Amino acid sequence: MRRGIFTLTLFASAAFAGDFSQASEQLADHLIRGQYQAIIGDCTACHSKQGGKPFAGGEPLQTPFGALVPPNITPDRETGIGNWSEADFRNALKKGVGHGGKRLYPAMPYPAYTKMPDSDISDLWAYMRTIEPVHNPVEANQLPFPLNVRLLMAGWNGINFSPEPFKADPDQSEEWNRGAYLVQGPGHCGTCHSPKTVLGADKTDEALQGASLQGWYAPAITGSVANGIGGWSKDEIVRYLKTGSNGRTIASGPMSEAIEHSTSKMDEADLKAIAVYLQTVPPLDDPEQKSISADDPQFKIGAAIYHDTCSACHGMDGKGAGQLFPALADNAIVRQPSIETLARLVLAGSQGVHTKTMKTTPAMPSLAWRLDDEQIAAVLTYVRNSWDNAAPPASASDVASVRQSLTDQ
Amino acid sequence: MTKILPKKDVVIIGLGWTGSILAHELTDEGLDVVAIERGPWRDTATDFNIGYAQDELRYAVRRDLFLQPVVETFTMRNNPSEEALPMRDFGSFLPGNGVGGAGVHWNGHTWRFWDSDFRIRTHLSERYGEQKFAGLELQDWGITGSEIENAYDRFEYLCGISGKAGNIKGQIQEGGNPFEDSRERDYPLPPMQMTYAPTLFAETAKSLGWHPFPTPSANLSKDYVNPLGIAMGQCTFCGFCERFGCANYSKSSAQTTILPLLMKKSNFEVRTNSEVLRVDLDGSGKMARGVTYVDTSGEEFFQPAEIVLICAYALHNVRLMMLSGIGSIYDPVTGQGTVGRNYCYQTNAGTKVFFDDKNFNPFIAAGALGQSLDDFNGDAFDHGAVDFVGGAGMNCIPTNGRPIGNRPTPPGTPNWGTEWKRATVEAYKGTLSFSTQGSSYPARNNYLDLDPTYTDRYGRPLMRMTFDFPDNDIRMSNYVSDRMEELAKALGGRQYVVGRAKKGWNSVPYQSTHNTGGAVMGSDPKTSAINRYLQSWDVPNVFVIGASAFAHNAGKNPTGTVGALAFWAADAIRQQYLRAPGKPLVQA
Repeated sequence: MRRGIFTLTLFASAAFAGDFSQASEQLADHLIRGQYQAIIGDCTACHSKQGGKPFAGGEPLQTPFGALVPPNITPDRETGIGNWSEADFRNALKKGVGHGGKRLYPAMPYPAYTKMPDSDISDLWAYMRTIEPVHNPVEANQLPFPLNVRLLMAGWNGINFSPEPFKADPDQSEEWNRGAYLVQGPGHCGTCHSPKTVLGADKTDEALQGASLQGWYAPAITGSVANGIGGWSKDEIVRYLKTGSNGRTIASGPMSEAIEHSTSKMDEADLKAIAVYLQTVPPLDDPEQKSISADDPQFKIGAAIYHDTCSACHGMDGKGAGQLFPALADNAIVRQPSIETLARLVLAGSQGVHTKTMKTTPAMPSLAWRLDDEQIAAVLTYVRNSWDNAAPPASASDVASVRQSLTDQ
Repeated sequence: MTKILPKKDVVIIGLGWTGSILAHELTDEGLDVVAIERGPWRDTATDFNIGYAQDELRYAVRRDLFLQPVVETFTMRNNPSEEALPMRDFGSFLPGNGVGGAGVHWNGHTWRFWDSDFRIRTHLSERYGEQKFAGLELQDWGITGSEIENAYDRFEYLCGISGKAGNIKGQIQEGGNPFEDSRERDYPLPPMQMTYAPTLFAETAKSLGWHPFPTPSANLSKDYVNPLGIAMGQCTFCGFCERFGCANYSKSSAQTTILPLLMKKSNFEVRTNSEVLRVDLDGSGKMARGVTYVDTSGEEFFQPAEIVLICAYALHNVRLMMLSGIGSIYDPVTGQGTVGRNYCYQTNAGTKVFFDDKNFNPFIAAGALGQSLDDFNGDAFDHGAVDFVGGAGMNCIPTNGRPIGNRPTPPGTPNWGTEWKRATVEAYKGTLSFSTQGSSYPARNNYLDLDPTYTDRYGRPLMRMTFDFPDNDIRMSNYVSDRMEELAKALGGRQYVVGRAKKGWNSVPYQSTHNTGGAVMGSDPKTSAINRYLQSWDVPNVFVIGASAFAHNAGKNPTGTVGALAFWAADAIRQQYLRAPGKPLVQA
């Protein structure tokens, strides 16, 4: 709201003599488009922190290489990007090179933003100039030597990065191409959902197949029915991105931030395009997974724990309840190859996303104190192999490592 | 040194049911609102964790969610000739504490009072003459049933109350309560699925010509999304409601109906673990400047505000008014003063019927899952031939089968040893309990004031409670106990025990946390502390919201009326007060 007012003030002061209405209308459109680019690019996700001013710098990102702090990108001249030019900004987004030739680390998803056309970047830049400048010095680079030498990124780029605009596939529909552009480009879905090489680049041949980051497993978002979103209807995908909840699951963890700040504010047509595209992303391979036998001792223990601890909310049939309790039955998230997210949810609990239409923010309680690693592995094995689910069993040692990582945080 | 904070539009004392409703309504109005809550923040997954929410020892026996007497207690006596002594543990009633207040750990019985309650003096005078209630200080509330009907409706839809209306737009509805006032529409959800004990109770009551109906319940019969867009889940009949937070989002509370939305509003803030010491008045004593509170580190803060809403538990509301000098304290000798007046309680009695051949599975239960009848409540029946006014609801609501507390045994059973063990095993499944919840009418010597001797941890006087059941109420309760006995006989068990109310209120055994009055609403500033909009007659930018406003207590649980009064007051502030801030809404 406040930002909206600021935008209008700027446009009023920028519009001078001449054809007032036409000039101001054009400027307003320029800014409105730019604001939308900031939404689909989800800049605030990284560049703001809870309780902080928008775009004034974010929480440290814990990468496998060390910590990087998303910098202040408000127009403050000293500590933000107030002394950048539009060309600097464009270079940062498309080439990973900032003002004064400073090389960015690819935690900033320039390998994705490089697909954005210059006109969209121009809109975004105009909008970014209207943000309230905040004086907030941020030391972005907290990597250990030698990784803290930014010039190394020139070499990284040489191996991992090809600055190319988005290429539409003429054999596909306009909608599909729009979806592909949003997913691969500004939406930068692969930043979380694609596995990484040892150098931290997206494995392009395994795009969107699911990946581990920051203590969560970002699930596969391919067309796979087994562990992707191939079993969801397009409407269900749109509702998930728009509201955070679609009767099958409720977003939590890092995705809830992406939904809150970005996808819930996107146009439904764009969300539909994303759904159309994602369901055509081929799974790597879809090996037939067999459920574990109901006689399996771990499965039986898991069933008993589920009955006592989980069924009051998730139901004896695993169907959950509406907006409150996600269904576990026939749920691809439950069937991911990694149990990282599932173990984390049981150990630490999690709160559901808050959006305009889904306000309840129901939460999973922490059960770390009540269930040991063996018990959690058993109940996860049970859930992963009940009600049309089939997935490899969970092991106590996998749960233990998640527990350890939560303790270390 | 008191730290002075930036001014707010509204400061709310206590973030329970009424505080949350008022905060929601006034933030919607665009006002900047801060709530100051003495207890801790509480939220479902973290504080009512499914893994331990049903810990009977922790919550029911040790009363983990309740106010502890070290924080605030009261002194008590039965009449003004006695010396009051402090309650060093709570027993007869258990005030709440923390965000959500007592709404966190209530059972969920959600009633409407009747027009004949709100106009009680007028109504009884017209029907029987004033002599009928001589010795009682009955007075009208200054509102009518139809005026507040919409506010009840909004509270019921906020909560997702499960029940069956008995009278929609004047049309009596089969299966509902035929004695209730007309309402505009049915409850948002159908009644809960009945268990065996209330089913048997209802069948037997019908055979006597009485009119049982499903108790209106804030334990939800189905999944629900309330008008604020907040979702709740169907109750699982776990039987851990009263004294417990609900782990399943199935019991209506501020947490499950308002807070998820309220906490996201940029014009709302709550400060927990912060106790308001007083409402600060200006030099004239006619306007509140804000409140002074202290946090757990002992630091004192002054929070200036345009409007002060006292939304704590009824008893705390009254004490805060007394400690702040808002209105004058009631004196039973002269009958002067309004703050502390018309303190009322609840006049209850219980019955147990022991069966040899029945299994009620008492652990399949919910706080408000049951059947009730109002044939003997309020003025639903003709009092011409009886020597009392008032009445009681009769309720069969087997709230729980919890292993520590629910141990019925027939009379003559020893309290321990082999015989007790044998009896408790036999009686656990086969005992049917029901009770009467009777009205409590004001009497001259039942009141609240400040204790001359005892103080709290900040050196402020404790509030003194002077109370005993008026003779009228004892006669009333005996009459409805006779009706219970009729029903107990008709149920046909092996043995029954009918309880009877007696004089000499005892603060030790648990009876009811329905303490009402003390800052009552009305149309006469000589006999009421607040006007019909719950605005202080003396300090017009103070509103006092809660059961403290009840001019008497009916034979019903108070929360439905408390919620309705919160919406009623919110409407008055939004639609009237804000147009002329600082002005009385009713001319004295």
